[in-house]
Amino acid sequence: MFRRKGESPSPRPSPGSGPLPEGEGPNVHHFGQWSPLPLGEGVGGEGNLHFDAALALGAFTLDAAFEARAGETVVLVGPSGAGKSLCLSLIAGLLRPDRARIALGERVLCDTSGGVDLPPESRRVGLVFQEYALFPHLTVRENIAYGPRARRRSRKEVDENVKKWVERFGLKAWAGERVGRISGGQRQRVALARALASSPEALLLDEPFSALDVTTRAAVRGEVRAFLKEVGLPTVLVTHDPLDALVFGDRIIVLEDGRITQSGPKEELLMRPRSPFIAELAGLNLYRAEIAAGEGLKEARVGEVVFHVLAEGVSGPAYLAFAPSEVTLASERHPGSAQNVFEGRVKEMLPLPDRLRVLLDVGAGLSAEITREAAAALHLAPGQTLWATVKATAIHVYR
Amino acid sequence: MRPHAPEGRREGLWKLWVASSGLLLFLAVPLLSLLTVLRPGAWLAQLRSETAMQALALTLQTTAVSTLLCVLLGLPVAYLLARAEFRGREIVDTLVDLPITIPPVVAGVALLLAFGRNGLLGRTLDLWGVQIAFTSVAVVMAQVFIACPFFVKTARAGFAAVDPRLESAAHTLGANRWRAFWTVMLPLARPSLVAGTALAWARALSEFGATMMFAGNVPGRTQTLPLAVMTAMETDLETAVAVSILALLLAVVALIAARTFARRWSVPGV
Repeated sequence: MFRRKGESPSPRPSPGSGPLPEGEGPNVHHFGQWSPLPLGEGVGGEGNLHFDAALALGAFTLDAAFEARAGETVVLVGPSGAGKSLCLSLIAGLLRPDRARIALGERVLCDTSGGVDLPPESRRVGLVFQEYALFPHLTVRENIAYGPRARRRSRKEVDENVKKWVERFGLKAWAGERVGRISGGQRQRVALARALASSPEALLLDEPFSALDVTTRAAVRGEVRAFLKEVGLPTVLVTHDPLDALVFGDRIIVLEDGRITQSGPKEELLMRPRSPFIAELAGLNLYRAEIAAGEGLKEARVGEVVFHVLAEGVSGPAYLAFAPSEVTLASERHPGSAQNVFEGRVKEMLPLPDRLRVLLDVGAGLSAEITREAAAALHLAPGQTLWATVKATAIHVYR
Repeated sequence: MRPHAPEGRREGLWKLWVASSGLLLFLAVPLLSLLTVLRPGAWLAQLRSETAMQALALTLQTTAVSTLLCVLLGLPVAYLLARAEFRGREIVDTLVDLPITIPPVVAGVALLLAFGRNGLLGRTLDLWGVQIAFTSVAVVMAQVFIACPFFVKTARAGFAAVDPRLESAAHTLGANRWRAFWTVMLPLARPSLVAGTALAWARALSEFGATMMFAGNVPGRTQTLPLAVMTAMETDLETAVAVSILALLLAVVALIAARTFARRWSVPGV
């Protein structure tokens, strides 16, 4: 194990920040034929990753700040071109920021005001590239050995380290193969093993599953999640796949056009989405509305469409959210007590496992989920006109 | 991967052969006619002449040195052009291409004006007792001047073809620039580097005009194979042909070497 000057050779980090989280047995998921040894040497950053940086690239400006605690996986989500990968490049030191303070525990990696800018090779940040960027001229074993060798470990140390990672990731049978000859899922593991074998103190994953086919993706996702829990490093995972965000995010950060538009624990984000991206992730109808002043049932204007909502103490701009299952559809307007009844055209119908999702145009987009029986009774067809009903009590209003 | 005709469209291929035959014959006939003049015995006898042996030895020595210099001096330039974004890049690019496009005789005159006795730098060198023009050093310099673009252009293409993220990956794993270059860039670009080296060597072997101007035609000191051919043509056709065949063989060896090594060292999937 090697340490920086002035650092005390403290044994295990304190409980809670350690590489083995309590209550989470490493046997929950299996990473090939891995052995559930404690990772011990080579892994075990004790510090949080702190990121605050700005960078202008032509018309695009990135300006974001966040923190990933030791053992925590922060998921950066957002549409492509939002600057997610840029954040990773800045943390790894592959790009120079206009302004930044990036620190890993006590160690300052980059501080533009203090004139600090460590080169990538001194940052000890493991980056798993999109599509992995494995060295094609090297074997699986040599790829994993690259980091320890670059850090001038002794031959014996390198061999032991590599052996450990090869076994852990179940790569023994392919260790002598060039990386061009192994499957996508195996490459994924090699990329992770390679990053971890260089003893990083933080881990960055750039779209780690985008290069995998759908079936492999589901399996690898589970493996990697269990594994990240175990290594206990502050981890930043970049993805545009909502499912990745749901599986991995202890905390989710939404990045749109270079800015953080929303961040927080997964549950909170899903309850109160503030961006179309998260609304889609949560499967909710989301609108930006203007709430009228007053008491009791209030008008909430979304463009041309007016909703009636119960919004105690909220007026002015706010968000409206409701689940598609709260919407009922009928072919005729029923007289009744419902406050929100809209006439709309069927734009699209998407079959779900046991239900049907119907996308309507009521002046704004609105999606409803109905049972197959209900759909059959309505003789649903695209272009058809329907009446959609939502109860005011089903609409969640927040700023 | 080899180029191939689309499936099921091979029957029309003979037309393409007919169309290609003009150029192929035009290239092959003169080269073959070189081989028809001399019987192998007479060829070997001619090669034992002092002129031929001296020229061969000098050519191999000077081209070995000049090829090495092309590689050593060319590598940083190739890497710079492949990776760095800088102002005046176009100028550097043009400068490197120029020796290919200007007549070699002009290059010789230019070298003479720079390094000759009364040249720009030559005058200073002369004060220190160093004379370059009309020596074997001048032969090497003329070859480097003419041949280096072939290495730089090929090496640059090789470097540019390597995914920059591989270098970034090496950096994040703890390798500094120097180490990343040696362990990632160089091995991945190796087929191009070898091909470029062979091309530069082949060009140095055939260098004539600049050498003639800047180094002269002194047997044993500056008379390389091409110069020996020209001198021999004035008196003795058989010697000229014998040396020509030798030069042709060397060129063939260079090209085959380039192909073979490029193929052996290429990485599948790159």
